Amino acid sequence: MKRKQLESLLEDVDRFSNPKISLEQYPTDPHLAANVLYTIQSGYGDIEGRSIVELGTGCGILSIGCVMLGAEHVTALEVDSDAVEDLTENLSEFEIENVDVVQCDITSPSSLFREHCFDTAIMNPPFGTKNNEGIDMEFLDRALCLCRGAVYSFHKTSTRDFITRRMEGMGYHVAVLAEMKFSIPQMYKMHRQREVLVAVDFIRVSRDPT
Amino acid sequence: AVVSTQSTGTHNMMKSHCKGVVNGFPLKLSSTQVEVKEVEFNADFITRMLERLEWGALVEAASQLGVADGLPEMVPSSGKEAEEEEDVLRKIHHVLLEVEITEGELECPETGRKFPIKNGIPDMRLNEDE
Repeated sequence: MKRKQLESLLEDVDRFSNPKISLEQYPTDPHLAANVLYTIQSGYGDIEGRSIVELGTGCGILSIGCVMLGAEHVTALEVDSDAVEDLTENLSEFEIENVDVVQCDITSPSSLFREHCFDTAIMNPPFGTKNNEGIDMEFLDRALCLCRGAVYSFHKTSTRDFITRRMEGMGYHVAVLAEMKFSIPQMYKMHRQREVLVAVDFIRVSRDPT
Repeated sequence: AVVSTQSTGTHNMMKSHCKGVVNGFPLKLSSTQVEVKEVEFNADFITRMLERLEWGALVEAASQLGVADGLPEMVPSSGKEAEEEEDVLRKIHHVLLEVEITEGELECPETGRKFPIKNGIPDMRLNEDE
């Protein structure tokens, strides 16, 4: 499937029906989703034929994209009931059958899964801007616990050095695959501007040097 | 049609995350509604998954759901006749990916805490004190 085709299909993924500020819920842009998923597959082969876990799935654009790129199975984790409903509707719309949804809190002290059961972890985690500082690192730690291969994630560029030092200290390798600006639209009344631009890294954390 | 589902494969990966639990695996499984669907067989994928499975728990869950017929008692090892091996892999594929719990319950084996499965989705959220 061509990247443009994937993007076109992902444009039909419905967005949050009831987004919540405290969970930093905003949809991942289809253009961005197609680009990163394409990179993961064409650059590293980490989607096709693989078992994937997505943390903080939201409406499911990344999970759906993984299925379109030939993932064998996806386990989608999401804590919010409204988002789970949106996700279920999207899966139904796209007639997707190889995604298991589990409603749970990623940040629970103990993991809900045995270690290293999945091949690849993919996520667009909350950044910790809403009285939940450090949550992005919790997501990253949990993702590494869940999968045996690479973790693909988004983090604020301002945290790049911290994340790299920390991950390398733990024996992992970090590659910044792309730098971008996230435009967080004015979905919430408290943003006075039309949109807030945040510098973001798309990173790959792996166990093997690449 | 049910789209998101609790497959036996996912159950095999899950353990209890209740506070203080020492050995929360496997979660006890009870189902009031089970569905079977067709999923394309990928021998390589099933073979790769074999070493990640807890075989005893898989057989137990499959028995619970009434689909354990034909499952070997121990994890199959390679080196068998190609045909025989494929039959076994297909059986495992069926149990892992094609049998799904749409309504039921998961239970922590230590605390007895029950987690509902509705529309194929288990709700594993814990309360503050758990």
